[in-house]
Amino acid sequence: MKRWMFARSLARGATRALLTFALTVVGLLLITFLIQKASPIDPVLRVVGDHASPEAYHAVYVEMGMDRPLYVQFGRYLGKVSRGDLGVSTSTGRPVVEDLAQYFPATVELATVAIVLGVLFGVPLGMWAAQRHNGKVDQYVRVLSLVGYSVPIFWMGLMGLLLFYAKLKLVAGPGRIDDIWKYTLQSSTNFMLIDTLRDRNWEAMRNALSHLILPALLLAYMSMAYIARMTRAFVLEELGKEYVLFARVKGATETRLLWLHVLPNIAAPLVTVISLSYATLLEGAVLTESVFSWPGIGLYVTNALFTADVTAVLGGTLLIGFCFVALNAVSDQFGYWLDPRVR
Amino acid sequence: MTTLRTWLNDEAPASAWQARCGSYYRGLDRALRSPMTLFGIAAVLLMILVAIVAPWLAGIDPNVQDFTCRLSPPSSAHWLGTDQLGRDLWSRLIYGTRPTLLIVLLVAWLSAPMGLVVGICAGYFGGWINTVFMRVTDIFMALPRLVLALMFVAVMGPGIINAVIAITVTAWPPYARLARTETLAIRNSDFLHAARVAGIPTWRILVGQVLPLCLPSTVIRVTLDMAGVILTAAGLGFLGLGAQPPLAEWGAMVSTGRLYIFDQWWVAAVPGAAILFGSLAFNLLGDGLRDVLDPKHA
Repeated sequence: MKRWMFARSLARGATRALLTFALTVVGLLLITFLIQKASPIDPVLRVVGDHASPEAYHAVYVEMGMDRPLYVQFGRYLGKVSRGDLGVSTSTGRPVVEDLAQYFPATVELATVAIVLGVLFGVPLGMWAAQRHNGKVDQYVRVLSLVGYSVPIFWMGLMGLLLFYAKLKLVAGPGRIDDIWKYTLQSSTNFMLIDTLRDRNWEAMRNALSHLILPALLLAYMSMAYIARMTRAFVLEELGKEYVLFARVKGATETRLLWLHVLPNIAAPLVTVISLSYATLLEGAVLTESVFSWPGIGLYVTNALFTADVTAVLGGTLLIGFCFVALNAVSDQFGYWLDPRVR
Repeated sequence: MTTLRTWLNDEAPASAWQARCGSYYRGLDRALRSPMTLFGIAAVLLMILVAIVAPWLAGIDPNVQDFTCRLSPPSSAHWLGTDQLGRDLWSRLIYGTRPTLLIVLLVAWLSAPMGLVVGICAGYFGGWINTVFMRVTDIFMALPRLVLALMFVAVMGPGIINAVIAITVTAWPPYARLARTETLAIRNSDFLHAARVAGIPTWRILVGQVLPLCLPSTVIRVTLDMAGVILTAAGLGFLGLGAQPPLAEWGAMVSTGRLYIFDQWWVAAVPGAAILFGSLAFNLLGDGLRDVLDPKHA
């Protein structure tokens, strides 16, 4: 294919993907908007209080635009969100966007470390299992991943804390970093590993790592289970093809065959799988963070839940949902770019 | 018995019916040889059985409080110990099968028909119905499950029914896609043309001819998904948004046990192990069913 044709097809694909992405985000906003509308909590009452006169109630009712048709209200909602205005949290008294900016890095840090570990272990394990199809290794990997996606993460977190923190004293307990370090760090990206690195504060970094390692390993196990299983399935499908036979006939070693011949061919679906499990990690944060008192977006949302802070819950949901949708779209695009066959 | 087996394993089946029975039989035979599938079937049956005979198995009422022996370790009186209100954990574990299976059943009953209706209509009618339905399905498919469920329950109020609705909202899209693919495959086949020419009303074609052919793949997918539903429901219970106290629900039980995790660890460990067991059971059963009904993945 000529280069300009390739560029054109890429551009066309990107436009399509962008449109789909925009549509999905609007869908997400519509669903959250409708759930909010169906809520038994009256937003006007929240503003005016229980004892407001009917006139005051009505004034606020009109001011909030509640008398307008639903689609007008939705349009206003869209406009507000697109300007980055997610409202003010009733529990922290700050704009939700500011809160999210403070809490989100903790979640991203945890999920990123977990997905890196998950890929590093998951892909080779899946390949190994496929190579020994129906052998001992295959069985072990199968059981390992079965347990991985059957286990309730919050329970595994509790058991991990019990064993490695309380009994064996190998890792630090809940939280991101000990309080001594919390207020002494100079940098403020809210990514603990980056902050401590920029401060050259090695002791604080060690402390942050010992807090991070347990939740990160547990999440890594969950994503490893999924990645290993999918890798195995992809590789098995490829191993039956003729180019594999040809490479074997020409005397390629098994390692070379797997990493140089098979891997490029399964790269596109693998990227999708990895980004999907990254998205799941961001979402699963709600449960893990609650167990480990990890001050991320999951903890923020669950805390907001119990103070009936609907604006904060909505903001958190939208952010996680947005990342979810964006990751899906990006991985589609990436797969398209990696694999000439789907162009 | 021998004749039946010969009929099933006939090299040249006389009818499509015989061929299909034969292929299911061989699939079942293969699946039953796998110890994992056997375990899955046995475990799901065991859970159902336990849920039915719970009052006889438990012995003690799951909600009876006895403050004289709160947080006691496993003993002959309380096989798995007691929780912070002195309630018997064994009894609560047994009764906990009920809300779990109830949620699983309700989600399956709500989401599978929903997905089937959307998918079959999209596949059969094609055109703009297909475009609109599949766009909507894709949007729902791209949404985060747990977080949406969380938000729904947070806004509408906690409880089992709201948890079920919340999970259903995000559970149906895969079934719609599956049903659409199956419908597309048979849409232009002769028997459907014949049915149309014979003047059978469209809704009867859809229910009588198309639906049965979409069911097997949907059933497998539903079974596999039930493991995830158990985990989501338990997660909601753990956050205090699913089943409400004093109902014995495994996720909520882990959540109360969390306060005593370092000293009385069994309070949280026992119900969590039950969640793992339940979700593992459905995963294994789903895997096995897929081997039987869908030889492509075997």
